Amino acid sequence: MSRKYLMGNSAMAYGAIAAGVNVASGYPGTPSSEIIETLAKANPGTMHIEWSVNEKAAMEVGAGAAYSGARTLVTMKQVGLNVAADPLMSLAYVGVKGGMVVVSADDPGPISSQTEQDTRRFGEFARIPVFDPSSPEEAFHMIQDAYEYSEKYGTPVLFRPTTRVNHAYGQIDAPDQVQPVEYEGFIKDSGKWVIFPRLSNRNHALIEKRNIEIGRDFSEYRYNTVEGRGTLAVFTNGISYGYVKDALGDREGVKICKIATPYPFPEDFVLKALEGVEQVLCVEELSPFIEEHLLQIAGKYRLTTLIRGKYTGDGILSGEYNVNLAAEYIGKFMGTSLESKGIDLEDSPESPVRPPVLCAGCPHRGSFYAVKEAMKGRKAYFCGDIGCYTLGNAMPLDMVDTCLCMGAGITMAQGFHWTDEDAVCFAFVGDSTFFASGMTGVANAVYNNADMILCVLDNSTTAMTGHQPHPGTGVTMMGEFVEKMSIPAILNAMGVKKVVTVDPLNFKESVEAVKDCASEKGVKAIIFKSPCIALSKPVKRMTVGKDCIQCRKCIREIGCPAIVMKEGKVAVDEALCTGCGLCSQICPVNAFETM
Amino acid sequence: MKKNILLCGVGGQGTVLASKLIASAAMAMNQPVRSAETIGMAQRGGSVTSHVRIGEDIFSPLIPEGTADIIMAFEPGEAVRNLKYLKKEGVVVVNSIPVKPVTESLKDTGYDGKKEIEYLEKKCRKVIVVDAMDMCRELGSAKFFNVAILGVAVGTGETGLEIEPVEKEIRDRVPERFADVNIDAFRKGLKLGQRSSKR
Repeated sequence: MSRKYLMGNSAMAYGAIAAGVNVASGYPGTPSSEIIETLAKANPGTMHIEWSVNEKAAMEVGAGAAYSGARTLVTMKQVGLNVAADPLMSLAYVGVKGGMVVVSADDPGPISSQTEQDTRRFGEFARIPVFDPSSPEEAFHMIQDAYEYSEKYGTPVLFRPTTRVNHAYGQIDAPDQVQPVEYEGFIKDSGKWVIFPRLSNRNHALIEKRNIEIGRDFSEYRYNTVEGRGTLAVFTNGISYGYVKDALGDREGVKICKIATPYPFPEDFVLKALEGVEQVLCVEELSPFIEEHLLQIAGKYRLTTLIRGKYTGDGILSGEYNVNLAAEYIGKFMGTSLESKGIDLEDSPESPVRPPVLCAGCPHRGSFYAVKEAMKGRKAYFCGDIGCYTLGNAMPLDMVDTCLCMGAGITMAQGFHWTDEDAVCFAFVGDSTFFASGMTGVANAVYNNADMILCVLDNSTTAMTGHQPHPGTGVTMMGEFVEKMSIPAILNAMGVKKVVTVDPLNFKESVEAVKDCASEKGVKAIIFKSPCIALSKPVKRMTVGKDCIQCRKCIREIGCPAIVMKEGKVAVDEALCTGCGLCSQICPVNAFETM
Repeated sequence: MKKNILLCGVGGQGTVLASKLIASAAMAMNQPVRSAETIGMAQRGGSVTSHVRIGEDIFSPLIPEGTADIIMAFEPGEAVRNLKYLKKEGVVVVNSIPVKPVTESLKDTGYDGKKEIEYLEKKCRKVIVVDAMDMCRELGSAKFFNVAILGVAVGTGETGLEIEPVEKEIRDRVPERFADVNIDAFRKGLKLGQRSSKR
C-alpha cells in the first residue's frame, strides 16, 4: 500500500486491482475514460485490459470472461450503456460466475454528454444492483465491495459515479501490486448459459425474489449511513452528499441519510431512518429516484412523513447541485438561511465568451471548408456525429446541421435523402466512431440503395476523449502492434462503389473530390486523412506578408484561432499556428508566407 | 487549517500543474486535501478552473461560492468570472495580460483585461497584479509563469502552504533540467507575494 493522490477514475481502477480484477474492457467516454487508462498503466501483463470497439463489445467481452469465473470490469459513460443495453438486459437474466462490475458514469449538467439519463434507473430496469459512490475514497472501497456482492448473488452489478466523483481527486491507499484472482474457467452447462424463454421465465421469478433479499442485505451495507438526529431528514446520495455535508457544516437538528445502494432499495434501513421523522428533503441529481422510492415506502407502510423533493418543487429538475444550491433548498426546508455571502458582484464586467473550437491546424477545418466550398449554391444537408468534429458547427464554418448519437449521422443522412432527393446528403464521422458504430449505417445505405456522401474524418486517433487507439491505428491499449484495419478497404468490401482518399489540408484536391462525388448517384465515401494536430509536431509556421489587403477572408471563412486581429490588422499568433497552410490556400492575394 | 484555493485561466496556461503542486505539497504537510479540475471538451481554448480544498471536514471537491481564501487567476477575465467563489476578505493574485477569446477576431469586443483589473481592485480586499510578460522576460520563458503565480500565492500566506514542501514538489514533478529555473520562478513570485503581505 502507498498513499496516492488520485482522480476518482484512478481510484476505481486501483479498487478493481485490489479486488483482483482479471479482465477489463471499455470504450472511451468523458467522464469515464481514465479508468481503463489507469489499469493499462498499472498492468504488469497479468490482466487483460482493452479498449473495445464499442460499449456493446466491451460488455460482451466482460460477460464471457465472467462466465469463466474471472473478475471483470467494464467501463463506459452513461450513453454508452444504451449501446450495451442489449447484452446487459439479457445478462441480468443469465447471471455471472466471476464478479462483474459495470461502471457507467453519469454526467449531471450535462458537462460533456448528450443526455442527463440516470444509471440508477437502468439498474432498476435491468433488475440488477447499483452502487453509487460519493467520493473517490469511497469509490475505491465500494468497488471492491461491489465484486463481493456480484459473486455472492451471481449477478452483474452497476457502479454509477457522476462526473464530480470521476474527476475529483482524493487520497487513496492504493495497492502496490497487481494480483489478479485465480479462477476456475468456463464450465459448460447449456441449461445455465444459453438464454431461452424458459430460462428467462424461471430466472425472472428468482431474480425478483433475490432482489428482496439483496434489499435486506443492503440495509446493513456500510456506506448506507445515517448521521445526526431530528424530525427533519435530508436524503441524499453520491456527490450531493458532499454538498449537503458542506452546506450543513456542524449545524444540528437534521438527520442526513446517504443512500449508497439505490437498487434494490434498502427498505429496512430506510424505515429505520424514517422513525420519528416528520419531513424529508431529497437532495439528488438527475432523476427523483430516492424520492420515488421513499414515496413508495410511505404509501406501502402508510407513513405520515412528508416527502419533499423534485415533485414538490423543493429540488432542481435538471443540471447539477453544488454546495450553494444545496444550502438554498435545505435552508428553505429548515426555515433558516445557510448561505454564505461572498462579494457583492453587481456591475461586474461581462467575462469573455470562450466556446470550445477546433484547434489551430486541425485537419477537420480543411475537410469541412472543402465540403462547404464544393456545395456552394447546391442544396445539401450536413449530418454530424460525436467527436471533436461536432465543433464544426461553430461559426464561421457552420457545417454541422445535426448531431444525435454515435454513428447516427450516417443513417440520418439516408433519412434526409428519402425525404428530399434533390439534396446532397453528407455524413461526417470520425475514424473511431466509424469503427464504434458507423459500419452498420454504411451497410444500410448500400443495401437500400441510398444516395449519400460519407466523409470519414480520419485523424488516426480518438481525439476528443484523450487520444485513445482504435482498430484503425494498429495499436492496442497495451501498446501491442496489430493489423491496421483499413477504412477504404472495409468500405470497398461493403460495396461502396466510390471511395476516395484525400488530404484535407490540400484544399483544391479536397474540393474536387467532393464535387466529383456529388455528381454521382449511390453511396460515395471520401476519406479525409490527416493526423490529429495535437499528436503531431508542427514543422513550420505561417505569417502574414506585405501583400495582405485586409479583406479578412481568412477570418470570415475558416475561423482558425491562430489568425487574429492585431492593432487592426490580420496577423498570425505564432504560439498557436501549426503551419497547416489552409489559410494560404484560400487567401485571394497569396499573402500568407511560410516561416 | 482549512483553506480553499481556486485556480483559473484558459486551457493550456498550466493551472493543472499548479493545482497538483498545491495538493501534493499539502499532502506532504499531512493535510487532508481534495480537488477537482476541468477536463475534456472545455479544455480546448476554454475557461478552466481547479478547485483545491485543504483541511479536515471538507466533503465537496468544489469550493462553495463565497468561501475561497485565494483566487489564483492566470487571466483577468477569468478572475472576474470566478469572483463569486471568493470570500469577502479573500485575496486575488491575477495576471494582467489578457488571453483574447478565439472568437474575438470575428467580433471585436475590445476586450483587453484592463476593466477587469480595475473591477477586481475596486471589489476585493487585496489584489496582487502580476505582469506575466515582465516576469517571463526576466525568466527567459513564458513556460514557468504558472509556478511564479504559485510563488506569489504562497508568499501571501493565504494558501497555508509552507515554502519547503512546495519547492520539494516542484523539484519532484518537473523535468530535472527545468527544476532550477522553476525554483527561480517560484522564488521570484514568492518575494512579490511576501512584499505585498507586509504592506
